[in-house]
Amino acid sequence: MTFLGMPRGTGNLTGTPFPTAARAALGDAQLRRNLAKATSTIRAKRASVVAELPDWAELRAAGAAIKDAVLADLDTFLLRFEAALVERGTTVHWARDATEASRIVTDLVTATGTREVIKVKSMATAEIGLNEALADAGVTAIETDLAELIVQLGHDRPSHILVPAIHRGRAEIRDLFRREMPGVDPDLSDDPRALAEAARSYLRHKFTTVDVAISGANFAVADTGTLVVVESEGNGRMCLTLPRTLISVVGIEKLVPTWQDLEVFLQLLPRSSTGERMNPYTSVWTGPTEGQTSHVVLVDNGRTATLADPDGRAALRCIRCSACLNSCPVYERTGGHAYGSTYPGPIGAVLSPQLTGVDRNPTLPYASSLCGVCYDVCPVAIDIPSMLVHLRERVTQTKGRTAESAAMRSLAWFMSDAKRWRRLLRSARSARVLGRRHDRIGHLPPPLSAWTTARDLPRPPRQTFRDWWETR
Amino acid sequence: MTDARTAVLTRIAAALTDRPTPAVPRTYRRASGPGDPYLFAERLRDYRAQVRLVPATDTAQAVTDALTEREAQHVVAAPGVPAEWAPRATRAIPDLAGLERTDAVVTACRVAIADTGTIVLDHDAPDQGPRSLTLVPDYHLVVVRADQIVAGVPDAVAALAGVRTQTWISGPSATSDIELERVEGVHGPRTLEVVITLP
Ligand code: SF4
Repeated sequence: MTFLGMPRGTGNLTGTPFPTAARAALGDAQLRRNLAKATSTIRAKRASVVAELPDWAELRAAGAAIKDAVLADLDTFLLRFEAALVERGTTVHWARDATEASRIVTDLVTATGTREVIKVKSMATAEIGLNEALADAGVTAIETDLAELIVQLGHDRPSHILVPAIHRGRAEIRDLFRREMPGVDPDLSDDPRALAEAARSYLRHKFTTVDVAISGANFAVADTGTLVVVESEGNGRMCLTLPRTLISVVGIEKLVPTWQDLEVFLQLLPRSSTGERMNPYTSVWTGPTEGQTSHVVLVDNGRTATLADPDGRAALRCIRCSACLNSCPVYERTGGHAYGSTYPGPIGAVLSPQLTGVDRNPTLPYASSLCGVCYDVCPVAIDIPSMLVHLRERVTQTKGRTAESAAMRSLAWFMSDAKRWRRLLRSARSARVLGRRHDRIGHLPPPLSAWTTARDLPRPPRQTFRDWWETR
Repeated sequence: MTDARTAVLTRIAAALTDRPTPAVPRTYRRASGPGDPYLFAERLRDYRAQVRLVPATDTAQAVTDALTEREAQHVVAAPGVPAEWAPRATRAIPDLAGLERTDAVVTACRVAIADTGTIVLDHDAPDQGPRSLTLVPDYHLVVVRADQIVAGVPDAVAALAGVRTQTWISGPSATSDIELERVEGVHGPRTLEVVITLP
């Protein structure tokens, strides 16, 4: 199979094996409380704004198909995008992996002579380890999204795609600001309003004085070279507008063919992500704007390897809305850190192992109960459960018994406690896999199939799980 | 060693041995036509934007009232904004320091979306001005004509084809980053006020 030979992604995509990290997370009561509150609140908001649109299913089908069309002709669309950018005066760079991408950005930054850059929240730059690379070159990268700033000041890692500091409480954040934020009021209270205000004044100075900004992009339009950043706080607008140099790091899968295609994604993304009809701010720019110098760095880092697997490539449709995280019973208990990668939750469980190769992430395909809710809520219809089963198969093919046993340890951990296991099973599409989808049994790795044939597992109808999950 | 561009393109060609050609089903609602100004106003209020609905003939008065209630001293209007809307406003774009001292900014918009309560600025249009104008001051007053309001996102996207630099605004800036508690007004203007003018 060709995908086994494709060059893989590097950077922040691996960590402590999931079972070990998850066990640690389960001991953290505040984490679980915060996560449960956040995910249930966002779930409810999402459900109500999605229900407002009578054509949600049609939008979802179109979103999936548009992304598939891009992936099916990715080289053509990338060349078109590059030509559109170059024509307007943006410099385009290509990077094979995380190291190369970080080096390109670092060179561009140091060439300007600045020692500080401001950043719009960007998963791609987290993936490639950009802040670390910049620090090695003596450049300080300042995160300007409030949650990212909290994570950065705490020398911490994001635990959620949308609300990366959700594992922190307000008192903790106040202490952090008092300790780490230059010029902060020593009597700062823990009222979220006061904390946001403190960040506002600290960052205002940075926005108006730092001359280089680094962004990602939510969407990139192949036809026109247009980039789109979707956000809430206005830090994105500040970074995109005020500095003289703008460097945008864009994964090669971020393309959509035409401007018109945004009519689909600008409906799917905000409703799936924050559960709003529309996010407060969306910035759209085409080529260098208002006298700026503009660079775009196109990053592969394992995406072409993912593309090579016809049963796995749909993971590249992902628009990073985080709906799958908010709906996942495993994520809700373990939080994002347990996944060890920039990409946590159900999407992380299928994307990270594909970007790095399953041999470097052998436990993530098991970090799921296969309950299937992630698939149902995904605005681009990524069938994460089937993909997980497929990746489990690849784990066994690639690493044989070693990886298999490592992965099985992960599952075994869920099984080791009767209550935990019952709860998981109740919620589990593993029950569906084992019970309803007979075709899948043969695809499970041998120890699991042996285990399941030896036991009579409860096989709850899917509705039971739904009722339970939605009324929790 | 081949360059990165060639390498990535070669990898893609190797990965796509199958080249599937999926058709895109466009069965969702495309054009829904003009938007309802009252629904638009309701959506804006949901975001806690301030809203005034007035007959077009009262536009200047509504702008004056809003600025007076705000007690705005240093007011800048985008250069292309009709003179009668804010007769005493500065019409040159200040530098950054000047923008930081600006109490209020007045602009028009390109298109607005009723379904989502969204206002879209076209930064190449003289009555909307460069991006910093509507970003740095703490108060943004935008005038939306009823005939600029479309029903849904697809209508707006169609109307915005070819517009190079846009900002889509749906309520004032907000964060829910601390324990998911919503705080309005982080970096963008903390107050968004919208005057909707009816024919
Ligand atoms: S996989 Fe789907 S639901 Fe999950 S973040 Fe990506 S687009 Fe959203």
